[in-house]
Amino acid sequence: MSFFPCHQGFPAEARKFRKLLVKSVLAGMIANVLFAAQSSQAASNIAVTDKEVVVGQLHSSTGTMAISETGAIEAEQLAISQINAMGGVLGRKIRVIQEDGASDWPTFAEKAKKLLESDHVAAIFGCWTSASRKAVLPVLERDNGLLYYPTFYEGLEQSKNVVYTGQEATQQVFAGLDWVAKTKHAKTFYLIGSDYIWPRTTMKLARKYIENVLHGKIVGEEYAALGSTEFGSTINKIRLKKPDVIYAAVVGGSNVSWFKQLKAAGINGGNQTLLTLSVTEDEAKGIGGENLVGFYSAMKYFESLDTPENKKFVSQFHAKWGENAPIGDVTQAAYEGPWLWKKAVEMAGSFDTDKVVKAEESGKITFDAPEGLIYLEPNHHLKTKLRNGEW
Amino acid sequence: MKGFGKAVLGKPGFVDLLVMAVIILVVFPLALDIFRLNLMGKYLTFAYCAVGLVMLWGYGGILSLGQGIFFGIGGYCMAMFLKLEASDPVSTAHQTTPGIPDFMDWNQVTQLPLFWEPFHSFIFTLFAIVVIPALTAYVIGVSMFKRRVSGVYFSIITQAIAAIVTILVVGQQGFTGGINGITDLKTLHGWDINTDSAKYILYFVNGVLLILSVILGKVVLSTKLGRLLLALRDKEDRVRFSGYDVSSYKVFVFCLAAVVSSVGGAMFTLQVGFMSPSIIGIVPSIEMVIFAAVGGRMSLVGAVYGALLVNYGKTAFSETFPTLWLFFMGFLFVGVVMMFPEGLSGLYKTYVEPRQRRWMMKVKGGKGIPEQLNENARV
Repeated sequence: MSFFPCHQGFPAEARKFRKLLVKSVLAGMIANVLFAAQSSQAASNIAVTDKEVVVGQLHSSTGTMAISETGAIEAEQLAISQINAMGGVLGRKIRVIQEDGASDWPTFAEKAKKLLESDHVAAIFGCWTSASRKAVLPVLERDNGLLYYPTFYEGLEQSKNVVYTGQEATQQVFAGLDWVAKTKHAKTFYLIGSDYIWPRTTMKLARKYIENVLHGKIVGEEYAALGSTEFGSTINKIRLKKPDVIYAAVVGGSNVSWFKQLKAAGINGGNQTLLTLSVTEDEAKGIGGENLVGFYSAMKYFESLDTPENKKFVSQFHAKWGENAPIGDVTQAAYEGPWLWKKAVEMAGSFDTDKVVKAEESGKITFDAPEGLIYLEPNHHLKTKLRNGEW
Repeated sequence: MKGFGKAVLGKPGFVDLLVMAVIILVVFPLALDIFRLNLMGKYLTFAYCAVGLVMLWGYGGILSLGQGIFFGIGGYCMAMFLKLEASDPVSTAHQTTPGIPDFMDWNQVTQLPLFWEPFHSFIFTLFAIVVIPALTAYVIGVSMFKRRVSGVYFSIITQAIAAIVTILVVGQQGFTGGINGITDLKTLHGWDINTDSAKYILYFVNGVLLILSVILGKVVLSTKLGRLLLALRDKEDRVRFSGYDVSSYKVFVFCLAAVVSSVGGAMFTLQVGFMSPSIIGIVPSIEMVIFAAVGGRMSLVGAVYGALLVNYGKTAFSETFPTLWLFFMGFLFVGVVMMFPEGLSGLYKTYVEPRQRRWMMKVKGGKGIPEQLNENARV
């Protein structure tokens, strides 16, 4: 028995089909070239009417990063609703289109493209990890979009299309090291971070600063794989070397194991100075306060900051998102995004990206943020204070 | 050419293939704007893996949960070539070491690693996209099938390899770009790949290659090899006792699926503009199996529709319900598996095909395809 019955009658028809296929493909291609010529002109429009302006929000609301990015989503929505309550921007209410980057970098690129090319948003508030920003960057530059990026990050970047409302590595590193060298008379340092670009760049800067400026000594430098939960050998080395300061940039879930194992090994705030760059209120909730007591975090913002602006912000945030919502450094930086955008648009008198960027680069944009007065520098980063907080 | 004609033309499956070609090459480009078309192009790159899995899993009964590895090899080969072109000494003059990719500079790598050097050549890159996955699959295939590792053990091992490769790529960030992947790719031989017209051209290249892959699959599966694959899926021992070298057939189809996936990966890099480890690991590898399952694992054309449908669902649901969309995807998978275990192609076989057959009978004056004989003849 044959599985493949043979049909003698087909070839003539097949030839016809082939001809048809070739013709239709050609027709499709020609039509496309025409289409392409039209669509590239429409891309620069921004979705703004007399009453409304559309902005995008692009964070991960699903996947591993959701836990970190939720605070940023909430803070941006709070800022936007407050701006709308005050009458909006240039007399227009802000409408938000929220997209989910799903903790997946190609998805971030896809969604950024969608926001810019289909929805024609005036600005995007979004991204958390460096990887997601790197994925979105070429899209922004090509479609001339605007991104307000809230996370403290490794620096080494300055795109005309991005405003970085978090700190870049030099801002976070130098002042923190100065402080610890001065107040704790630290001479020896042990550097540890997760193994990816932000900790590596940060530690590269820290090493130069410690060796050349503070004239201190680095007794160890180590990187743990992302997601690693085993710090036993690192902790043993720390016990042997007895550094004055442990300088840490361990991120994500690894933080929980890192601090728990330190405590179990008898290293705590009472007998060891530890300065971390990566523990905000969000992480502290997961690590557990008792494992952190006495250690220090170098951040530009803490929820407990005792200023009238901050108290107002904290109570508004809690009123909207619940009493137990922690407010970390990135959450506060995300809150600044919509406000800075509003100021830049109002100064420019237009939603046009190039004009807004020009206003941003004027060096005249300031904002009374919860963390204190901030200046938007012409280099797209903020001039802010660094604070060292004790847990 | 005769074999080609026999396998592709003059079969009822030819109509399905033609419909698919028309949808991909004519309907989509006419109906969608460039942004949506580019998305379709991205979905189609995953269809390559699904097509590979139909051959491997649907016919050969070999469930590989590591097709992402091969997708990744193709994608990374293409990305390495494009990255080297984007990292010429002039545009990287601000780096500590000009002329190497930016992520290497961040990671204090001061010299281009040796294995990057050949990727200066486009010809070598194209060669690598085909040969490296074939060799990798050959080594994995020989070491497992010759030892008669099969079934669930094979699946677990491929999954473990996918995990290992991801950890390696993420861990060796100085050489691979780590978790960020290889980003900011700009030109191919001086041709800007990010313009609208380039996207159209790349879409068509991608579509045509996919259709050729499906045709290749049809040709291979319609030969004796295709029937042997079916036979060893259902009764491996009986095939072995008949004197066939079972493992060689398995190795061959594994290599073939790997090469097809790798081409898809290379196309992915060109469609999306970067390559990242997030699409080579365990989760995306399993997703590729889902594409094949939704499309119908016995149908090459169905696999393409499966990949399109699932990815379109992902985009559509997540645009409409940014926080709840994963639940909808879950419902879709559970629904499809419970109600249509044969996938989309099963639906097609039950509802569309009998009508088509009746219509053909009418057209050809009663010389249609006898129903029983047609079973299994569809690829």
